[in-house]
Amino acid sequence: MAGSREIRNKIKSVKNTQKITRAMEMVAASKMRKAQERMKKARPYGEKIRNVAAHMSRANTEYRHPFLIARDTVKRIGVIIVTSDKGLCGGLNTNVLRKVVNQMKTWQAEGEQVEVCCIGNKGLGFMSRIGASVTSQVVGLGDTPDIAKLIGAVKVVLDGYTQDQFDRVYIFYNRFINTMKQEPVMEQLLPLIDERMQGSEQDSDKPKAIWDYIYEPEAKSVIDDIMVRYVEALIYQAVAENMASEQSARMVAMKAASDNAGNVINELTLIYNKSRQAAITKELSEIVGGAAAV
Amino acid sequence: MGTIFHLDIVSAEESIYSGPVEFLVAPAQMGEVGIYPRHTPMLTRIKSGMVRIKAQLKEEELVYVSGGMLEVQPDVVTILADTAVRSHDLDEAKALEAKRAAEEAMKNRESELDYAKAQAELIEAMAQLAAIDKLRKRGH
Repeated sequence: MAGSREIRNKIKSVKNTQKITRAMEMVAASKMRKAQERMKKARPYGEKIRNVAAHMSRANTEYRHPFLIARDTVKRIGVIIVTSDKGLCGGLNTNVLRKVVNQMKTWQAEGEQVEVCCIGNKGLGFMSRIGASVTSQVVGLGDTPDIAKLIGAVKVVLDGYTQDQFDRVYIFYNRFINTMKQEPVMEQLLPLIDERMQGSEQDSDKPKAIWDYIYEPEAKSVIDDIMVRYVEALIYQAVAENMASEQSARMVAMKAASDNAGNVINELTLIYNKSRQAAITKELSEIVGGAAAV
Repeated sequence: MGTIFHLDIVSAEESIYSGPVEFLVAPAQMGEVGIYPRHTPMLTRIKSGMVRIKAQLKEEELVYVSGGMLEVQPDVVTILADTAVRSHDLDEAKALEAKRAAEEAMKNRESELDYAKAQAELIEAMAQLAAIDKLRKRGH
């Protein structure tokens, strides 16, 4: 029977697909564990550097870093978009890009110019397709969010901010909530709005807040360095979270794909058996009919 | 108290050292600094090199850092280690590289920012995802 052979071939090809999706699921599961670990390991650095920056912004009054000064007029906005390099991870990138596009539309309506820095292939491809102006990019990060690779792209944005090319910088990425849930978020990166960073008024009354560091070599360059590293740490954290999100989203998507393949195989097997039985019944009735005719 | 202080060495990628120590020597930019408990608050850049750590009742330990920042408070010391080799020129080169790559990618793009197209694309992708979801539910 030609029909049953076709169905058999179809079953075989679905089985092969299932093998692939199952393998990808397992790869993603093991990468996910590592990515989550890296995400957690990055936290102490972020906390420590935030403490230092907070002390500094409270203690040093004669020099305020531009990252801490909010600007009154906002004309140009820098956006950092963190996406994955590869696809097959469900709606992860789509969700974050949709958020970006909606936000960009509102900004555009308010007459603000938007420039984009893309971390990850998917975001870059999308942004250049829709014609956004991309000022810097970094793709091909691999499985580890190497800070050395991020420095360049980030520096373009930070320099843009200090040289008044941007009045505000936002970052978009997927926040890792748990394996089943990732959430696209938008955060303001510059000027820094963390309340612990602001030299809050009530704190300055306390004698504890008056002490200042000895800076070596001089205050300005040390503060500059710390601030740049602080922002880099924030971005690194976002990239690390996005990677953990990517791997878990991929694992979930591939698990769903394997399950679906299983369902398809079951259905096809049922159809195959039915058609086989129908063929046998038909043949039998033909023989019986032939015998009766003789 | 007073004879030990807490030391944390962290880099963006991991926590390298954390624990109480008696004495510490770090390669600061202006020369090596030795730090005992109740040192004046200080913030300085450090060069790449070895950090010597003496913990209570333990042998001296050596930890390599490739530069970073040293923050000293009377009873807490933090070393924010860099994971990458940093210098102004190197950073500049990397920034230029990122810019150049973006310009290259921009060359073969369409002219105007096309929100309609973007949204259409996203809606299509979302519809596909929704369809997959529906199929999955029906399958069960």
